[in-house]
Amino acid sequence: MARSIPTRTRLGFTLVGWLVGLLIFFPILWTVLTSFKSEGTAIATPPQFLFFQWTAENYAEVNSRSDYFKHFMNSVVISVGSTLLGLLIAIPAAWAMAFAPTKRTKDVLLWMLSTKMLPAVGVLVPIYLLFRDTGLLDTRIGLTAVLTMSNLPIIVWMLYTYFREIPGDILEAARMDGASLAKEIVYVLTPMAVPGIASTLLLNIILAWNEAFWTLNLTAAKAAPLTAFIASYSSPEGLFWAKLSAASTLAIAPILVLGWFSQRQLVRGLTFGAVK
Amino acid sequence: MATLQTRASARLMMTPAVVLLLLWMAVPLAMTLYFSMLRYNLLMPGMEEWAGFLNYRFFLTDPAFFAGLLNTLLLVGGVLAISVGGGILMALLLDQPFFGQGLVRLMVIAPFFVMPTVSALVWKNMLMHPVNGLFAWLARTFGLQPVDWFGQAPLFSIVMIVSWQWLPFATLILLTALQSLDSEQKEAAEMDGAGALSRFIYIVLPHMARAITVVVLIETIFLLSVFAEILVTTNGGPGVQTTTVTYLVYVQALLQFDVGGASAGGIVAVVLANIVAIFLVRLIGKNLD
Repeated sequence: MARSIPTRTRLGFTLVGWLVGLLIFFPILWTVLTSFKSEGTAIATPPQFLFFQWTAENYAEVNSRSDYFKHFMNSVVISVGSTLLGLLIAIPAAWAMAFAPTKRTKDVLLWMLSTKMLPAVGVLVPIYLLFRDTGLLDTRIGLTAVLTMSNLPIIVWMLYTYFREIPGDILEAARMDGASLAKEIVYVLTPMAVPGIASTLLLNIILAWNEAFWTLNLTAAKAAPLTAFIASYSSPEGLFWAKLSAASTLAIAPILVLGWFSQRQLVRGLTFGAVK
Repeated sequence: MATLQTRASARLMMTPAVVLLLLWMAVPLAMTLYFSMLRYNLLMPGMEEWAGFLNYRFFLTDPAFFAGLLNTLLLVGGVLAISVGGGILMALLLDQPFFGQGLVRLMVIAPFFVMPTVSALVWKNMLMHPVNGLFAWLARTFGLQPVDWFGQAPLFSIVMIVSWQWLPFATLILLTALQSLDSEQKEAAEMDGAGALSRFIYIVLPHMARAITVVVLIETIFLLSVFAEILVTTNGGPGVQTTTVTYLVYVQALLQFDVGGASAGGIVAVVLANIVAIFLVRLIGKNLD
C-alpha cells in the first residue's frame, strides 16, 4: 500500500525533480530552440532563450543544400534492414533455445553474448580490407550486414528472455492436437510472442540508428547514415550552429519518440535479462 | 517432453544464427591475429613479410599506447563514477512520488537516445565553446573567467559528454531495480526506528548491488569502445591527450595504413575487453539457472 506523503514533501520533490530533469534535458531543448534561430541569433551573447525571431529556414536549408533526405533514408534502410534481417535469423534460434533446450543451450547463449563483447576495433582491419576488396565499402548492403551481425546477440537474447516466459504447456497442447511445427509457430507462438518481438524490433532500430563506430568507418558520401552526416559538421568551416541544430533535431527526433515508447524493454534488452 | 524430431528441428533452427556469428567472430579475428604478425602497410603494397611479435613490441612500447591506456582507464573510470553515482541519486529521486513524475522520467532518459555524434557536437560547440558557448556566458554572468574546455581539460570534457549519455542508462536500470524492492521491508525498518540513511545503506543499497554490478560491467564494455565522441571533438588531441586504445588502433589502421600495427593493437584491445567480459558473462550466466 502506498504511504500517504505530506503535501509539502511532495511539492519539495516536485521542485527538485523538475529542476534536475530540465537540467539533464537542457542540451536537447537547447538544440531544438537553436534550430529555429538565425545563424546570428544562434551565437548571440547573451543567449536568446525564447524571445527571438523564430524561423524554419534552417530546416529548408539543411534539406536543400546537403541532401539530408538521402542520409535520412540511409539511416532508415540500414537500421530497419539490419533489424529485420537480425530478427529473421534470431527468431528460430531463440525459439529453439527457449522451447527445446539442451544441456548446451546455456553455453551457446553465453557464447553469443561474448561475441557482443568483442571490441569492434579488434576486427576493424580485416572487415575494412574485406569490404574494400569486395566493393562493399560505402554501401548500404555492407553496413546493413555488419550491423545485423553486431546486434544479433542482443536480438537473440531479448527474444529468448521473452519466449521463455511463454508457458510451454500451451505448445504441448497444440502439438498433442496434431499441429505441425510450422502451424505451431504461426498460430500459437507468434500471437503470444508478438509483444516481445515488437520491443526487440524497437530497441534494435534505436541501437542501429545510433551506431557510430562502423557507420563512421565504413561509409563515405554515398551510404553515410545520419551519424556520419552529422559528423561532417565537425569541420571548423561547418560551424553553423543553427543548421547543425536543425540537422541534429531531425536526426534525433524520430528515435527519441521510439525510445520513449520502449523505455521499459530497454532495461531488459540491454541487461540481457539480468535486471527486469 | 522434447521428441527426437523436435530436437533435430531445434538444432536446424539454431544453425543459421550460430554459424553466422561464428563466422563473424572467428574469421576476422583470425585475420587480425595473422595480420598482427606481419609487416604490412597499405602504402607499401607487396612488401608484406613475417614480423613475429615485432608489431606487439612496437605497439606496447609506443608512448602513445601508454597514454592511450591511461586515457582509456580515466575515461571509463570517470564516466562510471559519474553515471553510477549520479544514477543512484537520480533513481532515488525518481522513486519519490511527485507531480509530473512520468514527464521528468522521460526527460531524464532522453540523452540515451541521442546519437553520439550529435551529443558530442552540440556539447562541444553550443555549450562548451570558450567564447559563444552557454557555459562561457554563464561564467561571465557570475564574473568568472570562461573555461576553454577542450583546450584546458580535453579528456575531462569528453568524460562529461559521455557521462551525460550514460547517466540515463544507469538511472533507468537502477530505478527498475529500486522499484522491485518490497516496500514492506522498508516500512518495517522505519517502524523499528531506522533513519533514512541507515535504511539506504542496509536495505536499499544491498538490494541494488546486483543491478549496480550489471550497470558497471555493461557500461565498461561500451565505454571501452567510445569512438565517435573523440573523433568529432578532439581527434585524439591535443597531442595524445584524448587518444584511447580504440582511437589509437583507428589512427594506425585508417590514417597511417599500418595494418600490422593496428592489428596488434586490436588484439590488445580484445584482451583488455575480455578481462571485463569474463566477469559479466559469469554474472549473467548465474542468472540463467
